[in-house]
Amino acid sequence: MRFMYIVTPAHPGPPTPELMEAMHKLADREIKAGRMLDSGGLMPVATGAQVRIRDGQLSVVDGPFVEAKEVIGGYAIFELPGKEEAVAAAVEFMQLHKDFMPGWDGTCEVRAFAGP
Amino acid sequence: MTAADINRTILAVWRIEQPRLITSLARMLRDVPLAEDLTQEALLAALERWPETGVPEKPGAWLMATAKRRALDHLRRGRMLERKHELVAWDMEAEQQAMPDLDSALDDDIGDELLRLIFTACHPRLSREARAALALRMICGLTTEEIARAFLLPDATIAQRIVRAKRTLSESGLAYETPHGGELSERLSSVLEVVYLVFNEGYTAARGQDWLRPQLCNEALRMGRVLTSIAPHEPEAHGLLALMELNASRTAARTDAAGEPILMLDQNRALWDQLQIRRGMQALERARELGGAGGIYALQAAIIACHAQARTAGDTDWSRIAGLYAELAAVVRSPIIDLNRAVAVGMAEGPEVALVIVDRLVREPALKGYHLLPSVRGDLLHKLGRYEEARAAFEAAAALAGNRREHDLLRRRAAEAADAAASS
Repeated sequence: MRFMYIVTPAHPGPPTPELMEAMHKLADREIKAGRMLDSGGLMPVATGAQVRIRDGQLSVVDGPFVEAKEVIGGYAIFELPGKEEAVAAAVEFMQLHKDFMPGWDGTCEVRAFAGP
Repeated sequence: MTAADINRTILAVWRIEQPRLITSLARMLRDVPLAEDLTQEALLAALERWPETGVPEKPGAWLMATAKRRALDHLRRGRMLERKHELVAWDMEAEQQAMPDLDSALDDDIGDELLRLIFTACHPRLSREARAALALRMICGLTTEEIARAFLLPDATIAQRIVRAKRTLSESGLAYETPHGGELSERLSSVLEVVYLVFNEGYTAARGQDWLRPQLCNEALRMGRVLTSIAPHEPEAHGLLALMELNASRTAARTDAAGEPILMLDQNRALWDQLQIRRGMQALERARELGGAGGIYALQAAIIACHAQARTAGDTDWSRIAGLYAELAAVVRSPIIDLNRAVAVGMAEGPEVALVIVDRLVREPALKGYHLLPSVRGDLLHKLGRYEEARAAFEAAAALAGNRREHDLLRRRAAEAADAAASS
C-alpha cells in the first residue's frame, strides 16, 4: 500500500542541523530499504499563492497569508505492507524530532492513497 | 488495543528493523543462517513481552538489545567453536566493542552486510524455490505463514524449505561469504532471477483464484530497489528494477471491478501509475548509462517502456517493440520471446506475417502445454476472419490455462469466435 506522510510543524522555523542530519540518515536508510519512493520539502508558505473559490468567486491570492497557522512543511511517499507499518515508520520519524529538536511540536499525518 | 492489533504492530516494527538486526548479528556471528534464527527469537520475545509491557519507546533498540543478548549467550556457550575453527581465539572484549552502538542505529551503513545477506539467501547452490522463500524471509521479514499464503502452499512446506536451505548453507560452509570480481556478476544473476521469480509469481499468478498477488510484487520491487542502492554499478539490477516498476505501474488498470483481467491494449491508461513509470524510466536510463542497454532485463524493460510512453494503444510503436524482441531473442534463445515477437510483428505488419511465425512455433516442444501459444494463434486467426479455427484455438488455450480468470477470459473469446463464425 502506498502512503503519503504530510508533516505540519506547529511553529514556523527551520529544523536544527542535528535534526536535519538525523532525518537525512533515516531517509537514506528508507530509500536503501526500498520503502521511500519520493519526498520533498516545501518552500515557506509566504512565497506561495492560493487559488480560492469563495461564495462562487474565484480569486488568486499571493502570500503571505495572515490566517495561515499550521502549514505543511514537506511530504514523503512510502510503499509499505499496511497501515501498521506506516504508523510505525511515522513514529520513528517523529521520535527523531523529539530527540534532536527539543521543544518542536507538530504533526505527521499518515494517509493511504486511494486505489488498490 | 486488542491482542491482534498488538501483534500486527509488533510485526510492523519487526519488518522495519529486521534487516538491520540480521545484518548486525551476521557480522557478529559470521553466520547468516544463525543470525536469522536469533533475530526470530527476538521477535518471539517481543510477541511474548510487549502485549504485557506495551510497545517500548524505542522498539528497534529493544529488539536489537534482545537479539544481541542472545547472540552473546550463543558465543559464550562456545557453540561457535564447533562451527568456525578460526574463531577459537575469539576475544569477548573485542567482540563487545565491535557491537554497534544501540543508540546510533542510524549510523551504521548496512549496505555491504545487506548485500552479503542477499547473496547468501540467493545462493545458486539452493533451488529457485528455496532461494525465493529464504529471500522473502531474510530480506523482506515475511513470516513463514505469510510466505506460504503468498505461494499458496502449506505452512509446513515453506517451513521445511527454509530449514533445509539454511542447513545446506551451513553445511556447505556458505554461511558467511561475499562474492568478488567475476563471480559477483554471475552470482548477481542468481539474485536477480529470484527477485523476478517473486515478482512474476505475484504479477501473473499462475495458479489460484486471483490474477494478482500484490504483496509479492511489492516485496520484489522492494528487493529490486535495495539491490540498486547497494549495488549501484550493476546495470542489470537497474534493468530489472525498471522492468518491475514499469510492469507494476499498470496494476490498477489490469483488472475490472469484479477482478477479471483486462488486457493491456484495452486498459484505461489514466489508471497507470505515473510515479512508478517515472521511476521505471529513470532506472532504465541508469541501466543504459552503465552500458547495459542490451541486458535481458533492460531489453524487456525497454519493450514495456514503449507501452508506458504511448498515450493511447494506437500510438504504440510496434515496429520498435518487434525490433527489441528480435534483439532479446539474439541474447536468449526462447520460444516464448519468439511468440511475443510474433504478437508485435502482427501489430506492426499484420496478422498474416505473424501467423507464419506462430505456426512455426507450434512444433516447438518447449511450448507444448503453454496456453498463450494457442491464445495468440486464436487472436491472429480471428483477425484474419478464420473464426472457426480461432474458436478451436481459444478452446485449446482455455483447457491449458491454470489461472481460473484467465481460463474464463479465453472461454469468452472462444464464444465470441463461435458467434462470429455463425454469423459470417
